[in-house]
Amino acid sequence: MTVPDVMMLFVTVLGGTAALLVVTSRNVVHSALYLVVALLAVAGAFLTLGAEFVAWAQVLVYVGAVVVLLLFGLMLTRAPIGPMAQGNELGRALPLAVSIALFAVLVTLIFQSFSGTTISLTHVSPAALGEVLYVAFALPFMALGLLLTLALIGAVVIARREEGEGPLPEPDEEPSDAAALREPTPSDVSTVPGRPAPSGEREVSA
Amino acid sequence: MSGAAWLVPVLPAASALVIMALGRKMPGGGAEIGILSLVVSFLLAVGVAIEVFGANVGATTAGEGTAFVHTAAFQLAPIGEGAAIDAGIRVDGLTAMMFLLVTFVSLMVHIYSLGYMHGEERFTWYYAVLSLFTAAMLLLSIADNLMLLLIGWELVGVCSFLLIGFWWESKHNSDAAIKAFLTTKSGDVGLMVGVVALFGQFRTFNIADIFAMVDEGVQAGGAPLSEGLLSFALIALILGVVGKSAQFPLHTWLPDAMAGPTPVSALIHAATMVTAGVFLVARLYPLYSATPAAQATLAVIGAITLLAAGLLALVQEDIKKVLAYSTVSQLGYMVAALGFSYTAGIFHLFTHGFFKALLFLGAGSIIHAAHSNNMRDMGGLAKVMPRTFGTFLVGTLALMAVPPLAGFWSKDEILVEAAAAGGYTGSLVLVLGAIGGLITVFYMTRLLYLVFAGEFRGHGHPHESPPSMTVPLLALAVPSALIGLANLPVAAFQPYAFSAWTMHSLEYWQTHPIEFNLPVAAVAVALAAAGFVAGRALYRSQPLDADDPMRKLGPATRVLEERYFLDHLWTDLITRYIVRDTAGPVAVAVNDRFIDRIVYWVGAGTGRFGQRLYDIFDQKGIDGALHAVATGTWWTTARVRLAQSGNVQLYAGAMLAGVVVLAVVFAAG
Amino acid sequence: MEAVYPLTFAALLFSIGAYGLLSRRNAVLVLMSLELMLAAVTINLVTFGAIAGDGLLTGQVFALFVMAIGAAEIGVGIAIILLIYRNRASVNIDDADLMRY
Repeated sequence: MTVPDVMMLFVTVLGGTAALLVVTSRNVVHSALYLVVALLAVAGAFLTLGAEFVAWAQVLVYVGAVVVLLLFGLMLTRAPIGPMAQGNELGRALPLAVSIALFAVLVTLIFQSFSGTTISLTHVSPAALGEVLYVAFALPFMALGLLLTLALIGAVVIARREEGEGPLPEPDEEPSDAAALREPTPSDVSTVPGRPAPSGEREVSA
Repeated sequence: MSGAAWLVPVLPAASALVIMALGRKMPGGGAEIGILSLVVSFLLAVGVAIEVFGANVGATTAGEGTAFVHTAAFQLAPIGEGAAIDAGIRVDGLTAMMFLLVTFVSLMVHIYSLGYMHGEERFTWYYAVLSLFTAAMLLLSIADNLMLLLIGWELVGVCSFLLIGFWWESKHNSDAAIKAFLTTKSGDVGLMVGVVALFGQFRTFNIADIFAMVDEGVQAGGAPLSEGLLSFALIALILGVVGKSAQFPLHTWLPDAMAGPTPVSALIHAATMVTAGVFLVARLYPLYSATPAAQATLAVIGAITLLAAGLLALVQEDIKKVLAYSTVSQLGYMVAALGFSYTAGIFHLFTHGFFKALLFLGAGSIIHAAHSNNMRDMGGLAKVMPRTFGTFLVGTLALMAVPPLAGFWSKDEILVEAAAAGGYTGSLVLVLGAIGGLITVFYMTRLLYLVFAGEFRGHGHPHESPPSMTVPLLALAVPSALIGLANLPVAAFQPYAFSAWTMHSLEYWQTHPIEFNLPVAAVAVALAAAGFVAGRALYRSQPLDADDPMRKLGPATRVLEERYFLDHLWTDLITRYIVRDTAGPVAVAVNDRFIDRIVYWVGAGTGRFGQRLYDIFDQKGIDGALHAVATGTWWTTARVRLAQSGNVQLYAGAMLAGVVVLAVVFAAG
Repeated sequence: MEAVYPLTFAALLFSIGAYGLLSRRNAVLVLMSLELMLAAVTINLVTFGAIAGDGLLTGQVFALFVMAIGAAEIGVGIAIILLIYRNRASVNIDDADLMRY
């Protein structure tokens, strides 16, 4: 057991526990906070593997930005902050069976294919990574920038409230009582409130 | 100049992008960018044309050498087995001709639209699509391989869809756009089959490589050329031509395409879109001339189209529809001509491009003044619109094939070639072509008298159109009158003529001389005169709708008004629009007298048969079986539909479970 | 270090993420589970990059790319959830089943 091995074991236990809490916690805000811990553990794994810049990017992007975004999402949708009923239509048995089978298959395959393979933990400096990123991968990098811009615009377009649209609706008091919402009324389905149906819309009976 | 030829399609494409991005901010709404780019494109096209002309004339006068071809290519995508899709250009006489025609007509349409589309809400969008349309057609013309050509072909289709449905607020217009798109698309299936078959045979999309292989009589891998396979591919390609160039029986989309703005009709009918099919055949002409079966197919399709469409033009009241059917008819001439002669076909394409653009733009000017498409609401416009009338008259005379205007030389050449070819197909084209000429003159005479003679029957006070509309008319009238002289059938002139300019090989030019045949020309002129006299006699004095002699032909009128019932066939078959308004009395009569009776007989027969069955089999047996089928269906669907629960988590779970199962299967296997 | 250690960690995170993806009702929590799965993928990428040891550092570069795309996905995902919430007053993912039979 070398020092990196111990560190990897540590982040595995930490990250695994936190991830389990994310998906099982009854309180959604707690879930988001456990997600921070899990993602920090992932960053720790990156550091152990020598990927310094990736680790800090993980901390900045995920822990810093994504989790905040998710928290905003939770608050804007006024999800019940307190404990909530768990489980959905699938129940718990099917997801559990699928994910355990998935884990078993993955671990089996990993040990079949990679046992005995060792990796060298050479530290990669951000400078070296930057040189590769901006020279060899310059074009994909720019394409990525474009993608992010488009995603930003797309997100704004999707989430923007049209003029004249009322305030956010009140959440249903009984989240578990979803049956009333199951059958959408026609007006629910056909129109987005405040957005007139495009005048060019027409039946195409082709 | 041919080194810069790639700029010709690129400039309008770039201008389309710029107009889309910045057009709304421009003082001219983006129109000035489109016009500017086309001016440059046109000048480049002239340069290319001069260069090709010089090179080819050098070859024809010396009697040796080769036809001018400039190619350049870079690889776009490898597709395995050493084959690749290239983005390559091929500039030769045919390309130069298309460049000249497309850029000139498109430039005129761009300028004309300044006046015609003035104040239109989507003015900028209109110019963007117009530029893109032009660029697509130019790309099609310059492509050196079938894949790139196909890309241009489909872009043309998309742009035509956008422009025909330009006023999409009205359902009629958007229906017309969808119809045009789907009808041409159904022909494109054949085109795809043809292109793939050619690739399968030659393992390349490059046109020059295919020509070289056919020349040597080999196909991919050095095996001897399979004539049957080549014929199959070429005839499949003709299906695409039938769709795009509106040949019988897929021509039904074209008259409906009149729903678009009139300048668009001019562009679609004269320079782009419909000429794409004719161009495709001309581009691959070395293959077609080696394949008699494909040539015969072209001749027959063209001959049927030119007559059928000409007859349809007789009963139209909408001025644009008269011109639309006339276009179909003239396209029939071109396709039929390509059954015998390369030069005759594309020369008619060239001359027709100019005078049909002139006629459509003139019609637009008339509609602009009379505020109606219907010729009942016109009349007496010669006095108030002298410039429109004068230019329209030039275009009409050119279409009527009156010597020495453009249409005469090109149409005459088709008849001469058909007569020289002889045989069944040659005779068919000769006879139908001559009759078609008479019909053309007749319906154009009718149009002239209805629109320009007598008193104005519409509302308001018509006035001459603004200069932005009349100047393009004047500019188009010049080539409409004179361009026919470019291919004067005089032996001494021929080395410097259109045929030399556009030749695809010197050998073909030498073995297919352009000749003049006095008897054929005389008969054609005599028939044209007869058509004019008949039209004048019928329409000179009483051009009112109720007395239109064309509407008193009894059943014949009905058949023509119903457009041979093809629309019912296609729409019900392909697009399923039930055109209630046009379901005429004949359809009803046929329905009552024949179909109803057949249905009745079938029904009565079935009833008797059923009675027998009832007597023979136990009623419960049949009933039970039916119930079992019904219940079984119900039971099965009730289970099957559970898979479509709409629950994404169920879908994701099923997917992950599937991945696990597959991983186990692969790992174990 | 043995390559299986980080790979096992990644497999663990991926499976837990899959469980969350399948079992939670709240759409925001489903997105969080997706993030866990994405993190597992980046660990794999970095590990495989370290095994290959190529000069272009492909593994780490692609890990960064996955992160950026993950961020874009979260942005659009949250926007869609907000839209669904506005229209249906619910973020329960099994309520958003308009596309069912």
